[in-house]
This record gives sequence, structure tokens and C-alpha cells, in this order.
Amino acid sequence: MRAVDALIECLKAEGVEVVFGLPGGANLPTYDAFYDGGIKHVLVRHEQGGGHAAEGYAKATGKVGVALGTSGPGATNLVTAITDAMMDSVPTVFLTGQVRTELLGTDGFQEADTIGITMPIVKHSFMIQHPLELPRTLHEAFHIARSGRPGPVVVDIPQDLSRADIAYEPADDVRLPGYQPTTEGNQKQIRLAAKALANSRRPVIYAGGGVVNANAAGELAELVTADRFPCTCTLMGLGAFPASHPQWLGMLGMHGTRAANYAMDEADLICAVGARFDDRITGKLSEFAPRAKFIHIDIDPAEISKNVPAHIPIVGDAKNILPKLTAEYRALDTDSSRLDGWWERIRGWQEKHPLGYEDSEDSEIKPQYMIEAMHEATGGEAIITSDVGQHQMWCAQYFPFQRPRQWINSGGLGTMGFGLPSAMGAKVARPDDDVVCLAGDGSLIMTVQELATCVTEDIPVKVFIMNNGYLGMVRQWQELFWDRRYKAVEMGASPDWVKLADAFGALGMRVTDKDELLDAMKTALAENGPVVVDVHVAKEENCYPMIPAGQAARDMVG
Amino acid sequence: MGEPGTKEVLNLEELEASGGMMTGRRHILSLLVENKPGVLARIAGLFARRGFNIDSLAVGPTDDLHISRLTLTVDGAAQPIDQVTKQLHKLVNVIKIRDLEPAECVARELALFKVSCSEGEARAQVMQFTDIFRGKVVDVSKRSVTIEITGTDDKIEAFEEMVRPFGLIEMVRTGEIAVARGRGTT
Repeated sequence: MRAVDALIECLKAEGVEVVFGLPGGANLPTYDAFYDGGIKHVLVRHEQGGGHAAEGYAKATGKVGVALGTSGPGATNLVTAITDAMMDSVPTVFLTGQVRTELLGTDGFQEADTIGITMPIVKHSFMIQHPLELPRTLHEAFHIARSGRPGPVVVDIPQDLSRADIAYEPADDVRLPGYQPTTEGNQKQIRLAAKALANSRRPVIYAGGGVVNANAAGELAELVTADRFPCTCTLMGLGAFPASHPQWLGMLGMHGTRAANYAMDEADLICAVGARFDDRITGKLSEFAPRAKFIHIDIDPAEISKNVPAHIPIVGDAKNILPKLTAEYRALDTDSSRLDGWWERIRGWQEKHPLGYEDSEDSEIKPQYMIEAMHEATGGEAIITSDVGQHQMWCAQYFPFQRPRQWINSGGLGTMGFGLPSAMGAKVARPDDDVVCLAGDGSLIMTVQELATCVTEDIPVKVFIMNNGYLGMVRQWQELFWDRRYKAVEMGASPDWVKLADAFGALGMRVTDKDELLDAMKTALAENGPVVVDVHVAKEENCYPMIPAGQAARDMVG
Repeated sequence: MGEPGTKEVLNLEELEASGGMMTGRRHILSLLVENKPGVLARIAGLFARRGFNIDSLAVGPTDDLHISRLTLTVDGAAQPIDQVTKQLHKLVNVIKIRDLEPAECVARELALFKVSCSEGEARAQVMQFTDIFRGKVVDVSKRSVTIEITGTDDKIEAFEEMVRPFGLIEMVRTGEIAVARGRGTT
């Protein structure tokens, strides 16, 4: 069969049900195979949209998301999404077309050195050099994407090779002598960690996106409740531990709660699971958690002692390690009352510095109120995707996530424009769930073209725009640190979002009055097709608390 | 401490951090990598974007044509060596990394020195140094001599110091290669 037909068979063998892509000259053979290949293809309006849709699909399910692009500009348009997948460890495979082999290196039409350009931003990449390689290479690509620390894999397929005839044989093994991820944790280290937890008087369990990737939320809850351990999550980990639980401290980090940040600051033992001590969490490293020793559980050995030296490193899959750690801890039969003083201190912070905002007295909609309305309108049950900025931070603060894979956003790279296409991918992945994209007016305009995809392909995502007419987060920084010298942050009144939604064929709504907001959201959710709700919020609200860049967590402002 | 369920006290104060530290000495990293296109670019790119400095790099085939050997020297005073090796391990094409301690390996480098010297006293002295350092004269002209020296990098640096006063026109070094001492493989 043709190599591209073999490609479809390979995708099916990997469990791929849908791909997001855009055709071009270099991947015409591939598209011919998709014509009657039996895998759903969603035609996007920009390859970046396809890339983020693949990410949204992967984050919503844990399965590998697949995006297609042609050579040259098709591949370069995917670069942002590939980088985003790398930074947030999203299992994705990007299939890019490439010019015919005889044109490689000649500056041919729509030729770009895709492998070279993406080398620093992929977990791994392959260029098919012989059509017979295709089945094994694809199998290896999916294996690498989904195993160990997940990440993006690029497979570059020259046009002539994809037409060639091969005797297709499914590959069921991988030949990757240099790739052997560790999944089982070292039992001795786990025992040591259990003892450390048993002897700690001010412990904190700090969980990140790795727990979500590992599908280990249940195992995390078992550990946290094995004693009265305070638990906090990063932006990427929200939902890994239920926000309604009494042991929940709130998110930590730059816009985290004061209680969570103070707890980290005064802790004597921090147990990090699937988190990487990113600078948004630590603030000034030299002043981060000065009294704490660190247990660091991570599947990527390179993260251990990268930013913060680990006292008890445990390399492996959280899903394997956490139950063993919980069992070892339970066997120690510790006295929970040793944590009484610590909880007294934590409750004190929670009472003295709760997360809060001053609601408006008139009909003005405060951004935090909008998040609360979103929570009520969706019953707290929808999948929420977000763009990047103040709205993202407010949502992380004020929307209590109870389970993983409910909150989908761009954390590591912070890509504006992520929200709508990833919502598209999430809805395709989980059609029975409500999917809401919380967008900023600055972010949405970057990838709004995917509304056309949503309408044409019948993907009913609901976009709620937190519209303050500004690039809000930048404006906040200019206000706080640059003497209010606002430059290049005013978005103006263009576009008229209702008219724009209508032009795309989606339902557009506008809300400016607080009392109409909840009903408008409920109406939007009940509608059959894609809906855009343009919500006008207070223009110059700031997101607090905040650890200013390069400062210590204890010096939060707001 | 090793028994499950025992309540031996573990004092948190006694826990010591592992990793993330500078060793302060030179490291010779011997890597076995898959012989595939782009592997060298991946390694060089990794060093560049992580801000690690490569002091020298030598790469060549092994007896297995699917595997190449890459020898890197890295200054352990400037960057944490465990991060360097861990990041290298993340590269799918890197099969094995050995951090060779100076005492446990044999390291050699080859250098070519083109030294300026005409007839007479200068030339005789340069030839004498060549003998002392067990080097070989590989080219000679009216006003220059080209010498091949093999040895440890200390020896090569010493030879360079000796011939520099005569006028060093140019020199080329390969970068060190190394194997572990004894019967086992590197």
C-alpha cells in the first residue's frame, strides 16, 4: 500500500480518532489517504489553531493529540503550539509535510528546515528518510510522546516518500536504546520520604501538572488524607486535589493565596509531586522556603535539583510512587496531633487574608464576579479552557476545581490565543461535557479565526470574553512597576464581538450589567451551537495577591 | 532505617541536599550516541540553550556502525555537572554517558603546531623540545616547522608554552578522547 495509507493504519493502531490539520502541497498525498481512511479530520483555519486543538484534546483526555501541517509556513505556524506542548509536557504528535527529497536544502518552494527549527522545542523529532521507516517511526513517535514525561514529537514527511509503495507491517516494538524512562520509584527513598513526613511538624504537599499527566489525583488524595497534610497545587495542577477539601490551601505562587505562600515559606518539609519549582512559584530562589527540606517526586530526573536542591529525590511515575509512599507512611502510625500548631497557624492566615475583592455597588461587573458567575452557571462542572493574562489568574483563584482535566490552560509558555482552539480540541475529545473558553479581549483576537472551524464542524464551544479593553496583565505591571506609564496596552473598541461572532455564524451576546450576567451565561450554555458572550468588566482591576517578579514569596503585595 | 514500619527517628535537620552543585574540576564526558543525522546538532543545541559551555568536543565512529562516540570536556566550576548529564540523558539519541574521573581513565589529544624558525639555533631548540615531548616533525620549510604532539592536555599546553617564544604561527587541537582504565568498557 502507499506509505500514506500505512500512516493512517499506524494512527489507528495508536488509537487516534481525530486529527486537526490544514493541507498544502507537501502533504497532498496524506490528505488523499484521509479521504477514505476512516479517521476524523478537523480542518482548522490556522495551523496554530490545529496545534492548540491537539493540545486541548490531549489535556482533556490524556491521549496523544495529533496535528497536521504542510511544509514551510505550515510547519512554522505550528512552532508556537509545539513550544507550548513542550513547556507544559503535553503528549502530542505533529505530522508536518516536507518538500520532495531531491529539493531538500535547495530553498525549494515552501521548504523550511522543520527539524532544525523545532529541535530545541521538541521532546524528539524524526524525518522520514525512507518510506519503509514510516510505520516504525510513527510507533516510536507516539511511544515517546506519551511515555515518561510526555511531550511533543515532530515527524517530518517528505512528499515523495509519502507516495511510495511499501509492504506495510505494523510495528509493535520500539528500537530506542537511549530512551528508558524510569517509572518505579526507589523503595528505600520512598521509605525515607515517609519517615521525613512522619517527623515533620510543618509539612506541605505541593502538587503540579505532573500529577494530572500521571492520572494520579486519586493517589494524591490518598497521601494527603493519610494525615492532615496541607495541600497546594500549581496553576497546571489545579483540580489534582479538590478545592472544596478542608486540607486545600489554594493555589500557590505569583498569584496564589497568601495562606499557600506563607505555608511554603514557613514549612519544614515540602513534598513536591509532579512539579518543577518554576520561578512563578519560588519567586526569589535564594529566599524560597528557607526552613524547608525537600522531597521531590518527578518522572523527569533532570528536574530534580535543577532549581531547588532535593534532599530526598524519588524518580518515577507518581501513580506508582504515591501509593507506596502512602502505605509506608500509614505503617509508621504517626501522631496527627503534632500538626495541630501548624494548622492553627494556617487557619489564622486563611482567616486574616482570605482571597477577596471589593464588589461593585452598581451594575459594573467585576472580573472576579464574572468567574463566580461562570462557576454558578456551569454548576462547577464544565471544562474550562483559558487564554493568558489577568482573566486566567482570576479564574485559577476564584473557580474551585474539583477534579483533574477540568482546567485547561497554557502555563509554562503562557500563550495568548490558546483558549479558543484548545476549547475546540477539548470539546471534540469530550462532546458530552460543557466546554467554556474564558478569553481575554486581547487573547481572543489572536486565534479567533477558529470560530469558523467551530461553526463549520459543529463544535459548540462557549466563549466568555472578559472584556476590559486592555492587555490587562501588562497594564497591571505598568501601573504597579512603571508609574502607570501605559504604553501599547489599550485595545480600543474593535472588534464589535457580537457582530464578529455573527459574521462567523456563531451566536453573539453582550452583557454590561451585573444582574444580567448569570442568565446570559446560562442561555449561552443552553444554546446548541457555538456562542460568544462579550462581558464588559471593570477596566482597571488588579489581580492580587501578587509576588512581584524576583521577590520573595513572603513579600506579596495586595 | 531500611525496615518498613520502624519508627526510628529521622531528624529533618540531618537531611542533606543532593545534586545541583559545582564540583570545581574539569569533567570528561564520554557519550555513546546513535549514529543518526542531526545527533551532533541536538547535543550542541542543548548546550547552547542551557548555557552550558563545551570546552572541547571530539566525535567519531565506534566498531558498531550504528553507534558513535562523543567525548566532551566540560568545566565543572562553571556549571552543575549533574544538570549537564541529566539534560544529555533526556536526548533520545544519547545511549550512555560516562563521567570519567581523571584518575580512572586514559585521556589523549592530538595537536599540530606550526612554529616559526629559520636555520640555526632556533630550529635546533625547537627540534630539541620536540624530542623531549616525544613529538614528530611532520612538515618543514625554510622558515617554519610543523610538529605533531599527542598526550594529555597538560602536556600539550606545556609544549605550547615552550614553543610560543619562537613564534607560534598557528596551532590546531583535536580535543581529548578518553577510555576507562582496566578491562571494562567505558
